[in-house]
Amino acid sequence: MKQIHFLGQQTVNLISGLGRAVIMLTSALMHRPNVRKGLPLLLTQLYAVGVQSLIIILVSGTFIGMVLALQGYTILVGYGAEASLGPMVALSLLRELGPVVSALLFAGRAGSALTAEIGLMKATEQLSSLEMMAVDPLRRVIAPRFWAGFISLPLLAAIFSMVGILGAHLVGVDWLGVDGGTFWSVMQAQVDFQGDILNGVIKSLFFAFVVTWIAVYKGYSCDPTSEGISRATTATVVQSSLVVLGLDFILTALMFAG
Amino acid sequence: MPKTLVDIQNITFKRDERVIYDDISLSIPKGKVTAIMGPSGIGKTTLLRLIGGQLKPQSGKILFDGQNIPGLSRNALYETRKRMSMLFQSGALFSDMSVYENIAFPMREHSQLSETLIEKMVLMKLEAVGLRGARHLKPSELSGGMARRAALARAIALDPELILYDEPFAGQDPISMGVIVRLIRSLADALGLTSVVVSHDVPEVMSIADYIYIIAEKKIIGHGTPEQINRQTSPLVRQFINGDSDGPVPFHFNAAPYREELIGTGAGK
Amino acid sequence: MVSKKIELMVGFFVALGIVAILVLSLKVADSGISGNGETYDLYAKFDNIGGLKVRSPIKVGGVVVGRVSNIVLDEEDYTPVVTLNIYAQYKNFSEATSVSILTAGLLGEQFIGLHPGFMDESVETLLPGDFIEDTKPALVLEELIGQFLFSQGSDD
Repeated sequence: MKQIHFLGQQTVNLISGLGRAVIMLTSALMHRPNVRKGLPLLLTQLYAVGVQSLIIILVSGTFIGMVLALQGYTILVGYGAEASLGPMVALSLLRELGPVVSALLFAGRAGSALTAEIGLMKATEQLSSLEMMAVDPLRRVIAPRFWAGFISLPLLAAIFSMVGILGAHLVGVDWLGVDGGTFWSVMQAQVDFQGDILNGVIKSLFFAFVVTWIAVYKGYSCDPTSEGISRATTATVVQSSLVVLGLDFILTALMFAG
Repeated sequence: MPKTLVDIQNITFKRDERVIYDDISLSIPKGKVTAIMGPSGIGKTTLLRLIGGQLKPQSGKILFDGQNIPGLSRNALYETRKRMSMLFQSGALFSDMSVYENIAFPMREHSQLSETLIEKMVLMKLEAVGLRGARHLKPSELSGGMARRAALARAIALDPELILYDEPFAGQDPISMGVIVRLIRSLADALGLTSVVVSHDVPEVMSIADYIYIIAEKKIIGHGTPEQINRQTSPLVRQFINGDSDGPVPFHFNAAPYREELIGTGAGK
Repeated sequence: MVSKKIELMVGFFVALGIVAILVLSLKVADSGISGNGETYDLYAKFDNIGGLKVRSPIKVGGVVVGRVSNIVLDEEDYTPVVTLNIYAQYKNFSEATSVSILTAGLLGEQFIGLHPGFMDESVETLLPGDFIEDTKPALVLEELIGQFLFSQGSDD
C-alpha cells in the first residue's frame, strides 16, 4: 500500500513538474521579441554558453577523433579494409558521437552553469526584484539563455565533428599511413548530406532544446537555498544526460532504422 | 484622514494548508510611512508580495489606487508595478552589473530617456543615498549597508508612488541603520513617497513610522500611531514592544512537559 | 551593454560553427553543390532492380556519370521504372546504349552500369526524358542458386 502511495506521489510530482516546465517555457518564448533589447542579452548569453564551451568541445572532439582512428585502424587493418577508416570515423562522428558527446559535455559545462546562475539569482531575490520592477524574469532572464543554448549546441556539435575528423586524419593519414586521397574520397562516397549530416544536425537541435530547457527550468524552480542550488545543478547534469541518451535511441530508430 | 493608497480588505492567505493571514484588513495612507511589525516567521514579507501581486490571496481584495491587484491581467499588473517598487532584504542588486548599471536598469527598461539624461538621473539618485563615489563598484564589492543603500537608489530610480521596504534594518550595524532610518524618513518627506516598512526592529520603527500595524497569530493584534501603540495594554502587544522573552508568545516551542520528558512518563512512578 | 570583446568572440564562434557545417557538407559528404551542375533525366525499365536504391551511382566504365534519383513501379505493367539523373556534360549517349544493375564486389552495394552503344548516322542520341530500351535486371543470388539446382536436377 505504501509503495503504491509512493508511486502515485512520484507520478503526480513528475507530471506537475513537466506541466510547470512547459508553462515556464511557453510564457518565456511566446511573445513578440524586442530586437533592440533582446539582441545584446542574447549576445552576452551566446558568449557565456557557446564561446565558453568552445575549448572543451575542441579538445574532446580532437581526442575522440584520434582515438576513433586508432581503434578503427587496428580493427580494419585486420581485414585489409583500412581504406574504410575515413567513412567509419566520419559516420560515427556525424551520426552519433558529435551530437551526443557534445550534448553531454554541454550539459556538464553550460547546463550546470545556467542552472547555478539562475538558481543564485532566485536565491538572492534578483528574479523577484525584476518582477517587482515590472520586468518579466522569464523574458529577461530565461528566454535569452534558452535561445543561446538552442543556437550554440548545434554549432558546437558541428565543430566537434569537424575537429574529430581532422583529428582522425592526423592519426590515420599522417601517423598510421592510410592514403590521404583514399581517406577523403571513400568518406565522400559513403557520407550522405541528408542522411548523415542533416540527421546529425537535427539530433543536436533536439538535444539543444531539451538540455537547455532542463537547465533553465531546474534553475528557475530550485529551492532558493545553497543546498537547493547544488541539488538542482546535479539534477540538471544527470537528467539531461539521461534524456539525451534516451532521446538519441528514439531519434536513431526513427532516422536510420526505417 | 488622508487619502488611502493601498487598501487591504479581508484577505485570507494560505500557503499549502498553513494559514498565514486569516481575514485581515488594513489601509496604507498616501504620503505616510506605515510600519508593519510582528515576530519573525509570521509572513510579513508575504504581505509585501501580496501588495506587489507576486502572490494571490485565497480571498479578499487588495486595492492599489482603486485597482484590485489580484484581479488584474498580467499586462495591467505590470503597468501597475511601474508605480511601485520594493527594497528587498538582501538588496537583490543584479550581481553581473555595476552599481551604476543597476540603477540605470529600470530607467533603460521603462523610459525612452537618452543615455546622457539617464547618467544625470543615476548620479542624482546615487547622491541621495551618498554612494556617488561607488558607482563603478560591483555589488559584491559593497558592504551590506552600502548594498542596501544602492538598492534603495534603484528602488527610487523611477520615482514610484509606493515603496515597500522588506526588513530594511535587519543585520545592519548601528551607523548604517541610522543612515537608512534617516533616508526612509527623508524620502517620504521630500518626495511624498508612500512607504510601507516591514520590520521587527521596534525602536527604529517607532522613530520613523506615522502609523503602525502589529501582526501576530494570523491577525492584526494592534494598530495606531507610535504613541497609541505605546499606550496599548494588550499583553501580546506589550510583550512585543518590550521584547519580553516570555508572555503570550511562549519562550518554549510546543513540547511535552519538561519533567515528564526528563524522568520519563513510565518510570515516573 | 555588450562589450566589443564579447561581440567579437560570439562572431568568431558563430562563424566557426557555420564553417564547420560547410566543411562537413562539402568536404566530408561531397554532395549537393560540387556535383550540382546541370543534369538531365533518362528512364529505364527493369524486370528486377534487386537492391538498387535512390542515390545509387551510375557508372560508365567505373566513372560516375550520375545518380539514381527516383524509383517507382509502372502502374500499367508493374515493372520498376528507374529515373537516371545524368550530369549534363555526359550527353550524346546513343540510343543503342544499354544499362544493367551491377554489384560492386561480391557483397557490395548495387549500382547502374551504363554501356554506351555504337554511334552512327542511323542511330539517334538519347534526349532528356527518353527511355533506355536495352536493360538487364539485377542478378538475384537466390534465383541463380535456384536455377543452378534446377539444371543439376535435370541432368540426372
